[in-house]
Amino acid sequence: MKFLEYQVKERFKAVGIPVPDGRLARTPDEAALAAGALGPVAVKAQVPIGGRGKAGGIKLAKTPMDAKRVAGEILGMTIKGYTVREVWCETAQEITRELYLGLTLDRDARQPVLILSAQGGMEIEEVAEHHPETIAKLHPDPWRGPLPFEVRALVFRAGLGPLQAQLTPLVIKLHALARTYDALTLEINPLALTRDGGLVAADGKLEIDENAMFRHKDLHGADESDEDPIEAEAKRRKLTYVRLDGSIGVIGNGAGLVMNTLDLVQREGGRAANFLDIGGGAKAEVVHSALELLATDPQVKGILINIFGGITRGDEVAHGIIDASRDLNLKLPLVVRMTGTREEEGRRLLQEAGIAPEASATAAARKVVELAAAGQR
Amino acid sequence: MSILVSRDSRVLVQGLTGREGTFHTEQMKAYGTNVVAGVSPGKGGSSHLGVPIYDTVADARRDSGADVSGIFVPAPFAADAIMEAAAAGIGLIVCITEGIPLYDMVRARAFVEDAGVRLVGPNCPGVVTAGQAKVGIIPNHINREGSVGIVSRSGTLTYEVIQGLSQAGVGQTTSVGIGGDPILGLSFKEVLQLFKADAATRAVIMIGEIGGSDEEAAAEEVLGRGFGKPVIGFISGRTAPPGKRMGHAGAIISGNTGTAASKVQALQRAGALVCDTIEEVVAAAGAALGQPSSAAHR
Repeated sequence: MKFLEYQVKERFKAVGIPVPDGRLARTPDEAALAAGALGPVAVKAQVPIGGRGKAGGIKLAKTPMDAKRVAGEILGMTIKGYTVREVWCETAQEITRELYLGLTLDRDARQPVLILSAQGGMEIEEVAEHHPETIAKLHPDPWRGPLPFEVRALVFRAGLGPLQAQLTPLVIKLHALARTYDALTLEINPLALTRDGGLVAADGKLEIDENAMFRHKDLHGADESDEDPIEAEAKRRKLTYVRLDGSIGVIGNGAGLVMNTLDLVQREGGRAANFLDIGGGAKAEVVHSALELLATDPQVKGILINIFGGITRGDEVAHGIIDASRDLNLKLPLVVRMTGTREEEGRRLLQEAGIAPEASATAAARKVVELAAAGQR
Repeated sequence: MSILVSRDSRVLVQGLTGREGTFHTEQMKAYGTNVVAGVSPGKGGSSHLGVPIYDTVADARRDSGADVSGIFVPAPFAADAIMEAAAAGIGLIVCITEGIPLYDMVRARAFVEDAGVRLVGPNCPGVVTAGQAKVGIIPNHINREGSVGIVSRSGTLTYEVIQGLSQAGVGQTTSVGIGGDPILGLSFKEVLQLFKADAATRAVIMIGEIGGSDEEAAAEEVLGRGFGKPVIGFISGRTAPPGKRMGHAGAIISGNTGTAASKVQALQRAGALVCDTIEEVVAAAGAALGQPSSAAHR
């Protein structure tokens, strides 16, 4: 689950990480009121994705009238698929230097890592590529967290020794906040050094581990539903779905097998419209639900179902396919390949229903690419 | 010979009385696995599927001498179950559970490392030594005894490979699913070292996927330093776009890391034969053993 900037800043403020004063506005008039109360402000689009500045989603306003005007421009604009419904108006900062502080997963080390850099304001991956010498890292102990002396050493390694007294408690607070929220990513970027010598979180990013949501049932993050209506619908149906840009709808069981199916489709000259994993032991209803979902996607010109029956039974899958194609009055080419448990039974059922199962995954991929292309001519 | 589990393994199942635990314990027993105990807190003293049930792993281990544990405990409790097994002195822990929170797993992994025990998974299909024993959920009927070792991040794709090999008359020593999570116990590196030392394993199939750099690390640190056996590689997700999590929590390309191309190149540099399809993997394994596949893979 991702959070919007202002939602992250509310949490920073609650644990004593300094943030600029700010107010949320849903209309240009509210933005004018905010500027009236705060003075010159930055008006910032609230969307759960980076690159807002470049897209024109962040503007400065000196007066309430300015704020009303720029808020009018920003509200309603679309940034990478997200419609801006709220702007965060915050006191404009006189920034003398931009730093970076964040916590993320270090996959190679198989544990979270705290990253501090004297170079902020850009993506940390970019800093890592161009200014690796400005980056310092600390893997906090998973049980006791980072100790002050470890954090001080981190600050000195980043070449930020003169800011040590301010930075050390900030790093410890950020780590504690990340643990509280089961954060996959928690970032302050930029962490701004202001003219008066203070440090302030000028922007914030938080993404929570979906696997830990049972511990955070009361939390509400950013509304990500307008990212993609089909992805949102898939989430409601509890299907593991990823939108891709091709025309072949793909359904399979198991992440590796589905990824391999996408690769086969491309190898045969097509491109997959999606990744959809119905998981292990899927029943007929799940297959039905998956097919129904793909049938709503206008991008899909043909559907390929690839099932390995381990716990999943071929006859169950066949029933789901047959019922769904009848209920949905499915007109799209449908190619099925299944093997494993109750394969014979599943194939017989499909054949009786007029859906000829293919002998191999490669043959099935070739067939669906051909049929989809023929259908589009 | 084989790696990790054998007919001598004394297997304990944590979460044995649950729905998944019950189904898969039946399957494991049907395969001939010596399941000696189950653990379900609060159900100690009872028996399920003819297996004695204990409240704690320590009790179960003391009475049964279990040395391997298979974990089928729901995600919120699975990391604790892993640590309980490690604390009780279980030497090999196989965790099938999917969806364990990241921070729970970071702690469990550190705990297991300090205890000096082996963990396979989580979010994995487990381990099967063909004809001997199984801890996990790999279907029984697809395995066939032989001399190919398999290590994989995938579940069903691995089953495809095993079935393809068996149908082509190419048997396996041990098949190991290491799991699709970013925080894992054994990685490719460690399992490959075990296969390298196993005299019965004459060729190894390694099935990787996008995300992380474990395949690269294994290629450089194990395969590239003289492996002494043919290795056949396969990477799925070659057409996956960056930044999208492809089903497995760990299957995501972040920036320039985790791409299929990088993994394929690393494996090739280390002398592995990297195949494009599962059919090719099966044929290559047969050829590596001087056993051109008899039946065509379906």
